[in-house]
Amino acid sequence: MTLHATCRDNSDVAVVDFSGRITLGEGSALLRDTIRNLTIIGKKKILLNLADVDYIDSAGIGELVGAYTTVANASGELKLLNLTKRVHDLLQITKLVTVFDVQNEEWTAIHSFK
Amino acid sequence: MAPQNKRIEVTLESVLESVDLAESIVMRVSDAAGFGEDDCHRIGMSIREGVINAYNYGNQKDRKKKIFFTIVFEPEKMVVRILDQGPGFELSAVPDPLAEENLLRTSGRGIFLMRAFMDEFIVKHGPEGGAELIMAKRLPDSRHDNGGSASSPEKES
Repeated sequence: MTLHATCRDNSDVAVVDFSGRITLGEGSALLRDTIRNLTIIGKKKILLNLADVDYIDSAGIGELVGAYTTVANASGELKLLNLTKRVHDLLQITKLVTVFDVQNEEWTAIHSFK
Repeated sequence: MAPQNKRIEVTLESVLESVDLAESIVMRVSDAAGFGEDDCHRIGMSIREGVINAYNYGNQKDRKKKIFFTIVFEPEKMVVRILDQGPGFELSAVPDPLAEENLLRTSGRGIFLMRAFMDEFIVKHGPEGGAELIMAKRLPDSRHDNGGSASSPEKES
């Protein structure tokens, strides 16, 4: 299943709704390009909605970590929203839940940005 | 219960599409063998990571090199072997992705995931070079029979 990304603004936060699989190849490349484009246009508050992403492989995890670092290096914040159980479990066993700010509700997530 | 076909051998090209192909083959075989949805997911992901490893790091995307992918049903477990034609590697040399200093690395989690999702996992040097990843999952029926213990795939091979 191909990955799709839709960007929208909610308040001053760029929300990206992903659907599909974030895996080696087109999926991980789309995530990388999306984050790069948002940082180029100056977005510093980015929320990745992963409600419709039920599969991420190690390349996808790596891309999420890269996205986190890219945004942090631009003095921004990147947060994750609505993880499916499988994705949450994956971030838990890789200890990345200690790195990412994971939110369960968009309104709360939007207001949690500094 | 193990399916009638006890051994499946596939030679894969060193192309990105082989990753999805290997994953879909093993998912179908696992489903037919009676594994539940979660186990099929874990097995599929492990084989995906194994083939990524062979494609990316072993064969370094060299299309002239092959990936040899084998599924064997033993009485109590399904054993999967993934052999590449690269230089091989030592498992002990793979950094721990859970170490604090490695958490923000963008790569290096594939081996960890295979170890986490499969019951057994070892790396050997292939008979003619390359790295051979050997991983196994106990068959659903055998889990009740043997109390969850399983021997190393190396001992069984």
